[in-house]
Amino acid sequence: MAQAADTAGAKRRTRATKEPAMSREQLLQAYHDMLLIRRFEEKAGQLYGMGLIGGFCHLYIGQEAVVVGMQACLEPGDQVITSYRDHGHMLATGMEARGVMAELTGRIGGYSKGKGGSMHMFSREKGFYGGHGIVGAQVSLGTGLAFSNWYREAKNVSLTYFGEGASNQGQVFESFNLAALMKLPNIFIIENNKYGMGTSVERASASRDLSKNASPWGIPGEQVNGMDVMAVKEAGERAVAHCRAGNGPYLLEMKTYRYRGHSMSDPAKYRTREEVQKMREQSDPIETARKALLDQGGTEAELKRIDDEVKAIVQDAADFAQTSPEPDERELWTDVLIEEAR
Amino acid sequence: MGVQILMPALSPTMTEGKLSRWLKKEGDAVKSGDVIAEIETDKATMEVEAVDEGTLTRILVPEGTEGVSVNSPIAELDGGGANGARPQAPGHDTAMPQQPAPPAAASSAVGEVAKQAEDHGAVAARGQARGEGAAKAGEAAAAPEKDWGPTKPITVREALRDAMVAEMRADADVFLMGEEVAQYQGAYKISQGLLDEFGPRRVIDTPITEHGFTGMAVGAAMTGLKPIVEFMTFNFSMQAIDQIINSAAKTLYMSGGQLGCPIVFRGPNGAAARVAAQHSQCYASWYAHVPGLKVVAPWSAADAKGLLRAAIRDPNPVIVLENEILYGQSFECPVAEDFVLPIGQAKIERAGKDVTIVAYSIAVGWAMQAAEELAQQGIEAEVINLRSIRPLDAATIAASVKRTNRLVTVEEGWPYANIGTEVAMQVIEAAFDWLDAPPVRVTGKDIPMPYAANLEKLALPTVADIVGAVKRVTYK
Repeated sequence: MAQAADTAGAKRRTRATKEPAMSREQLLQAYHDMLLIRRFEEKAGQLYGMGLIGGFCHLYIGQEAVVVGMQACLEPGDQVITSYRDHGHMLATGMEARGVMAELTGRIGGYSKGKGGSMHMFSREKGFYGGHGIVGAQVSLGTGLAFSNWYREAKNVSLTYFGEGASNQGQVFESFNLAALMKLPNIFIIENNKYGMGTSVERASASRDLSKNASPWGIPGEQVNGMDVMAVKEAGERAVAHCRAGNGPYLLEMKTYRYRGHSMSDPAKYRTREEVQKMREQSDPIETARKALLDQGGTEAELKRIDDEVKAIVQDAADFAQTSPEPDERELWTDVLIEEAR
Repeated sequence: MGVQILMPALSPTMTEGKLSRWLKKEGDAVKSGDVIAEIETDKATMEVEAVDEGTLTRILVPEGTEGVSVNSPIAELDGGGANGARPQAPGHDTAMPQQPAPPAAASSAVGEVAKQAEDHGAVAARGQARGEGAAKAGEAAAAPEKDWGPTKPITVREALRDAMVAEMRADADVFLMGEEVAQYQGAYKISQGLLDEFGPRRVIDTPITEHGFTGMAVGAAMTGLKPIVEFMTFNFSMQAIDQIINSAAKTLYMSGGQLGCPIVFRGPNGAAARVAAQHSQCYASWYAHVPGLKVVAPWSAADAKGLLRAAIRDPNPVIVLENEILYGQSFECPVAEDFVLPIGQAKIERAGKDVTIVAYSIAVGWAMQAAEELAQQGIEAEVINLRSIRPLDAATIAASVKRTNRLVTVEEGWPYANIGTEVAMQVIEAAFDWLDAPPVRVTGKDIPMPYAANLEKLALPTVADIVGAVKRVTYK
């Protein structure tokens, strides 16, 4: 059954290559969105260095094409959930850079009023359900988001992101089973950036092709070049169409790479500087999109305008994140329980 | 026009470090992302990446310097306007710390672990005690029980089913899921008839995968659905406890009040009969420990019906600890359509002036029997049925102790850090001067539950234990 579905996927893929996965406008937008994430994360790293951001801070630099390409496939009402490397996902869903950055600095203007931090932000309005700090927990929660679409007979789909490190968690496989059993519209997205903290995927997973991890449950899976936003969009469209049509879940393994450490305090003994440099030079998703835009007749001036626009957004976010006040001390005791009766 | 490069922090706790090596020299061109130096603390060595572009004009701190303070200038960069107008933070317009970069510099993995432990410690250290789970003990005792009119005898099993049926009829967002709840009609027949009435979309058999289906239910609740998750027994909720605590209980707070989790976890808790250690544990104090959860433990059929209805309507995650042995017992229960009980209020099951006995779940029945025996010996015991473990009705308990001056708590759970401990401590805090004797806890023994019939009997509290405890606190 998995094979059959895979073959069908391959056929559609052949057809899809005839037209580009993104129009020029879409690619421009994707370039903007990826650049926003890159610059936002660089700024977050800088603010961390200044001691303005505390605790854990997991940067998404290098992986931008994954969330931007997938988000381009969604419709209003679709849901997104991920782990703690989540700033990119939030910006991709359209959450404001100000609110995200102010949460990182622990201020009242943050999405969680400063009470969640880097790993715990949410926006029901944008369909973003977190931001979860326990490796793998978001996978069964995301299956629950898909469950609610099924329960309400809505046509919406859920994107459930997790790393290749989480892909070995027991509840991930329980979720595959539940989603396949109930035909839930859930797209499981493994962001395989090759390292779960400091442990390479080869040292953690006996499975060599993670896109086949859900095949025993009949869930079709694909490996995708997660460094190419157009390839992501193309595969994402196939997965979304499959789920919206009521065919049950889908699995995408995004082959991607994080340039930075697992968190800010990662000494990165486990890989060489050269490996990182090679990925940056040869596969950078933003450079790839930039070249494609220039090849399509875009001008440096046009891209410079986007660069400047993005810089302004990030600078505004950083300013806001430093000027928004810390939460009032009374906030310590609020939001523990909903007090009003329904 | 020069920009100062500042010594970056590797973590908010770092105050100084060693500048071990410069990888650029004066006059070198620097691009954003270039590694310019290596810095070192006792925990890790990190590379410093440039954020700004330009030419390195001056190195202010030579390599090998130890004790360089965070945020002190280490070099100067001629910005050269390489990227046009460089965004500048207010108050930092000429001094931008560079980013600590993670790459291949050698360091100790132990350092990383130590760093994380420190981060966790820092968070934990900020905790502060406040009796969040308790109503103010100094307040007046709860209002007297509302009169719900006519009653009829039903079993606890029927009461639980009736509660779910009533709430599922009233609200299409309410559904039941768990192992054997649908076609099998419930492992303990609590959900009898529900599949017929509500169909397979609202009464859902799950595979035996508590971790996964609990997470799925919590995710569904985050979208506004109102799941009732039946655990075949609460012993199996241990498979899912991460989702209950880390996802269900904490998300409202972590989201600054945006994302609630209206969900009920219910099922039999505590010892059944002869099922040994892994199936005979009380989880009251486990769940009652957690801010963000409510925990109720019904004894009678009226408790079961009224509390479960309230739990389903509550916008927060609620743990409903039932008891298998009580399922078949009958009690008078109000027949009123709208019968519901408030979470957070205890019930005085029997009034008395000589001693306060506080109990919950099946232990309320034992306490009532003990009170009968004690009455025959001339001791009038007041029996308080907690109903709600969190929030705890400390006001009712304290008011009772102020009348009786003596306290005995009864539960089948283990003694260490149990509910009786919490009740006794709250009484000590609120009514110490009224106590005429140290409180006594009657509990299950501090051992895994044995299988042998005689040993199992010895492991659980008895009516005689309660009578004995009352005599101790009344010095009789």
